[in-house]
Amino acid sequence: MAAPNVRSSSFSRNVAVVSSPQIPGLKCGPNGTTFISTGIRDLDRILGGGYPLGSLVMVMEDPEAPHHMDLLRTFMSQGLVNNQPLLYASASKDPKGFLGTLPNPGSSKEDKPTAPDLDQAESLRIAWQYRKYMENQKNSIDDYSNDFDMRKPLERQFLAGRPIDCVSLLDSSDLSVAQDHCATFLSKFLRNSSNIASIGRIAIQSFCSPLCEYSEKESEMLLFIRLLKSMLMVSNAVAIVTFPPSMLSPSTSKRLQHMADTLLSIKAIPDGDKELEKLLTGYKDINGFLNVHKVARINTQVPVILEAKTFSMSLKKRRFVALECLNQAPVDGSSGTSYGTSGSCSGSSNSGALDF
Amino acid sequence: MDRSLNLLDLALGFDQEQADASPLSGKLVLIEDCVETSGSFVLHQLMKRVLSPHSSEALIFLAFARPFSHYDRILRKLGCSLSTQKANNRLVFFDMLLMKCSGVEETKENASAVAKLFREIQETVRKLCSVANSNVTVMVDDMSLQEIASTGNSNQDHVLDFLHYCHTLTSESNCSLVILNHEDIYTSMERPAFLLQMVCLADVVIKAEPLASGLANDVHGQLSVLNKGISSNSGRGSSRNKLQNFQFRIKDNGIDYFYPGCRS
Repeated sequence: MAAPNVRSSSFSRNVAVVSSPQIPGLKCGPNGTTFISTGIRDLDRILGGGYPLGSLVMVMEDPEAPHHMDLLRTFMSQGLVNNQPLLYASASKDPKGFLGTLPNPGSSKEDKPTAPDLDQAESLRIAWQYRKYMENQKNSIDDYSNDFDMRKPLERQFLAGRPIDCVSLLDSSDLSVAQDHCATFLSKFLRNSSNIASIGRIAIQSFCSPLCEYSEKESEMLLFIRLLKSMLMVSNAVAIVTFPPSMLSPSTSKRLQHMADTLLSIKAIPDGDKELEKLLTGYKDINGFLNVHKVARINTQVPVILEAKTFSMSLKKRRFVALECLNQAPVDGSSGTSYGTSGSCSGSSNSGALDF
Repeated sequence: MDRSLNLLDLALGFDQEQADASPLSGKLVLIEDCVETSGSFVLHQLMKRVLSPHSSEALIFLAFARPFSHYDRILRKLGCSLSTQKANNRLVFFDMLLMKCSGVEETKENASAVAKLFREIQETVRKLCSVANSNVTVMVDDMSLQEIASTGNSNQDHVLDFLHYCHTLTSESNCSLVILNHEDIYTSMERPAFLLQMVCLADVVIKAEPLASGLANDVHGQLSVLNKGISSNSGRGSSRNKLQNFQFRIKDNGIDYFYPGCRS
């Protein structure tokens, strides 16, 4: 077998994103990093390829919007489809039950004939993608990421016999159980050579949920995240942790944000908001907003500056998660500039939460 | 110095001709940043300066945030090989990523761990000073993570003690101390003792902030440098207590600094 294309040795070319055919679900990134897919193609594109191995992804939840679950679900499903071991922890009594809600891979392209309401630009884009698909038949893109049909539960074949570890955060009074699980899980993916044998994915949902007994001990939570981050740095794994910032003291929340390599946040979209409806095209289809606060920069000091920080989350054909830059409808004067949404307090005092 | 100095160098006083000592020796430099704008690039730049072939200074680096490979790769792009410097005994790298994995429970353990760390640093400083007779710079890449690491039981004093101990090194052995911390963690606190103490002790405060107008591709943020500069070894005794503001753009092989609106 040829040597894998994935290099983590110190001397590597600054290659553009190239998919590595040896191990499905991996992509070489710049500066010797390796990406795995987020499970949402648009998010992969926004983040420059996906989540880099060894990074900690934090998602700030909005109490009014459940879309952080979509990020978790696609992340987990993508891992299972690519046959990557998974560790899932949540504050529910039965974390295994969540696996039943994972989406199944589907193809948003094949549905094309059945979706007559596509506008022209959309079909053009799809046709272009389809042509690309034809060009490399044994398509490597599909090894890397899939589209997930949020309405179809993940098929049994992806769940049965797969190494999935589910942990309930409710059971223990402190985080030592979760910590042990993470440590044993990550010890299987230690980064010791340039060869990457397997990739681990960790998903922790509602980390600071008030249901957990440790929710009062913020320093313990910080310690846990710091330890997780340290362990990740030497592993071929990615952890995604969602937490509700409103449940934490502001300084602890900031500390968590600092520790994140990639920091995302979810915002609910106010229902029937006339002003916003005027402002945004496609307001009816938008389910929520995704803010990208930080993009992981591993092995480099150059920050990633995105075109936009706020993206609208919608379900394309009611099935596939799509992220788009906000399209501002033409408005007159400055009526739009004074408007802003902030997750916790829905007043209009905070301008600049949306950027176009 | 043959190389052209950038605005940050000027603000730090690298333009003043001095016999052998760096303008930062015996000083505490505090770098403050926030979630939106990381200040780690200042650290990289100072690392490069300390380890430059023209000087004989040595560096002790306490890495709480990132592993060695990360810094190695960044510094190599800046034209400085950390591995070589390590072999030359000019760099001592403390990997603190997994500090305090065990013994989180007991406060006594924590206290001793911090004390132990300081003793190690002190020992290393002594060794470096005796061998090369050079200035030693101690860098901490993320003080807030050290806080988390050593305050398992919400006892913040240990890190503050550590800071004070390290501060004694600046006067005792004429070390420089460079510390990165995150300012926005403390903004919500009523009396952020830790931050205030640090700002009070610091001789130079470098603050990295995002632009008020939002993110831009060609300007990555702004830097304000407060140089309290009452050092006695500046020769002229000029008190250069001044605040300077400029903007920066980070690149892989260096950083562009420019005054607002003067980008060439």
